[in-house]
Amino acid sequence: MSLWVDKYRPRELSKLDYHKEQAADLKRLCEQQDFPHLMFFGPSGSGKKTRIQCMLRELYGTSAERLRNETMTFTTPSNKKVDIMTVSSNYHIELNPSDAGIYDRVIITDIIKQIAQTANIDSGSERDFKVIVLTEIDDLTKDAQHALRRTMEKYVATCRIILCVNSTSRVIPAIKSRCLGIRVSAPSIEEIVAILHKICRKENLTLPNELALNIAKTSDRNLRRAILMLEAAKVQKYPFTSNQQVPDVDWKIFLHETANVIMREQTPANLEKIRDRLYELLSHGIPSDIIFRELVKILTTKCDSEVKSQIYGYASLYEHRMLSGNKPIYHLEAFVAQFMSIYKKYLNDITMDFDDD
Amino acid sequence: MQAFLQGHKLSAQKPASFNSQRKEKKSREKPIPWVEKYRPKKVDDVVEQNEVCAVLRESMQTSDLPNLLLYGPPGTGKTSTILAAARQLFGEFIKERVLELNASDDRGISVIRTKVKNFAQLKASNIRPDGKPCPPFKIIILDEADAMTNAAQAALRRTMEKETRTTRFCLICNYVSKIIEPITSRCTKFRFIPLHEEKIIERLKFIAEQEKFNIEDEALKSIVETSNGDLRKAITTLQSCYRLKCGSDIKHSQVTLLDVFEMSGIVPDSYLEEFIKVVKSKELQALENFIDAFTYEAYSLSQFFDQLSIKIIMDETITNNQKAIILDKLGESSFRLSTGGSEYLQLIDFGTICIIAFSKQN
Repeated sequence: MSLWVDKYRPRELSKLDYHKEQAADLKRLCEQQDFPHLMFFGPSGSGKKTRIQCMLRELYGTSAERLRNETMTFTTPSNKKVDIMTVSSNYHIELNPSDAGIYDRVIITDIIKQIAQTANIDSGSERDFKVIVLTEIDDLTKDAQHALRRTMEKYVATCRIILCVNSTSRVIPAIKSRCLGIRVSAPSIEEIVAILHKICRKENLTLPNELALNIAKTSDRNLRRAILMLEAAKVQKYPFTSNQQVPDVDWKIFLHETANVIMREQTPANLEKIRDRLYELLSHGIPSDIIFRELVKILTTKCDSEVKSQIYGYASLYEHRMLSGNKPIYHLEAFVAQFMSIYKKYLNDITMDFDDD
Repeated sequence: MQAFLQGHKLSAQKPASFNSQRKEKKSREKPIPWVEKYRPKKVDDVVEQNEVCAVLRESMQTSDLPNLLLYGPPGTGKTSTILAAARQLFGEFIKERVLELNASDDRGISVIRTKVKNFAQLKASNIRPDGKPCPPFKIIILDEADAMTNAAQAALRRTMEKETRTTRFCLICNYVSKIIEPITSRCTKFRFIPLHEEKIIERLKFIAEQEKFNIEDEALKSIVETSNGDLRKAITTLQSCYRLKCGSDIKHSQVTLLDVFEMSGIVPDSYLEEFIKVVKSKELQALENFIDAFTYEAYSLSQFFDQLSIKIIMDETITNNQKAIILDKLGESSFRLSTGGSEYLQLIDFGTICIIAFSKQN
């Protein structure tokens, strides 16, 4: 039995639930002979991958859905072997080059050359190109992105590249200008609610509107998370009640508690406790940038606007440092310490004012 | 007799081979993007850049080409120009006479030492295999030369001088400052200027005519505005619009202004205005709400910053002091963004600084 997220993932462009006009455009694109390189961008859970898969099906028919997992091995210039997991069908290959860390450049040049040099023998098939799907391009090193630019142009006759990114700011302009950008914005609350209702109808469940709205709101307009939440809620308690507690993600609850600890006491001893909690989060594989952003969001809701603007300033500074460095814990901790000192000072000022009175 | 035989042969064979070749070409030509399709074939076709073209034309007649260093912003025709020149010089034997290396090839010091050197040492005759005269040298094109390491560039120095009798080098880069001094002094430098708007419009109109579709004048203008003198970007945008919006059906045979907006990823003006309104209201809560909504729409924040900077400079209601504070922060934020900062935090940080700037009097 598969998760609802996979079970109810639309398989065809015409069955997508939102951005219908765009879907029609994509369909038209597939019908034409000259197919460009594409770049899908949008927040997570907005349906980029779903759209890519639908397009592949549109291009190659159902045989593009017959997938297999493969591990490919690449040799770096320093004779180190790097393994990468790929998902492929006869017509396309999908991989995440940033898995290889600093060796991503080798992967990019090798894989594209390998695929581009083996053209489809069956010339009778409709498409004489293969598709390479590269995910998380924004995490690639600049070097690898530069390697991509000319390769994309050179092998355009035998392969097309579909890129999938969260934010285009980290993609170099040279790549952006070579791709047709497809913006996939997050589904609106109403759209999520409609989809949740649709799923429940198919599962023969009754879903009160309030609960659907509640789930949609806590999901941050992330459709995947919303559907997972719905499934979790069903496991927790069925039949649904309209004021049922929506189970939030574990790490978010944990982060809320962490924020409470920070607010309670601003001392070095407490900072050590926070460190343990942060380590706990990191060791569970929560990406550091998400921890950072959520932590800032939670903390800022708890304090006054005077303090807020200072905190935002420091948050952006430490976050940038964290992403350019490679040990997130230092920067997370630095931020927490900075927050404590600002907050403590603010509290002291208030009590001083009282004392003066 | 011989002439007759040859003539006969030609007339007998050519149509068949011509046809098959053409057929093959046709099936292969389809997927070529317009950028490649409409790349200039001759030096004379190159839009603007008169200086370089004049030099190249001259050197083609005298078959005396200096080492070249072409630099300028992307999409101004650097690669196109040198490729066109090479094609004119060597015709279909371009493959034998030209070595093109770019950032995607491995271009460390070892490649310079072996591949480039070996190629440079080959002697070139002054007659092409088909009997036509051609200049007695080969060309090595090093595209995206600013991505080469300094060590690799240094290895190039002596090779460039030693092999001048058989080889000319042509380096292409965006930033001339990243090329080491000894190399620049060995080359004739040419700066490529961003193209003027009229020239781009002319070219786009030409392409539209060739591809047989209509485009609104307004849409054309906005394509040019977003391209900032980058012809490649302009052509890609045009093709994207055409592909996505105009199918085979005649109903959609015109590209409209809205299509261009959607395709080129421009942030609609309403968002910019709302942002300025929100920061002027000095409500932090409103700012947070705006940013939440904005990030869900998935517009590119770097594009947003670009557009915002112009809007703020042009805004007469903002005092010079405020502008200074805001633009200073804008620079910092957009740097952090491009080196990995998250969009949400950078934007909110920038927003709070704007609020502070506006709360200060004058």
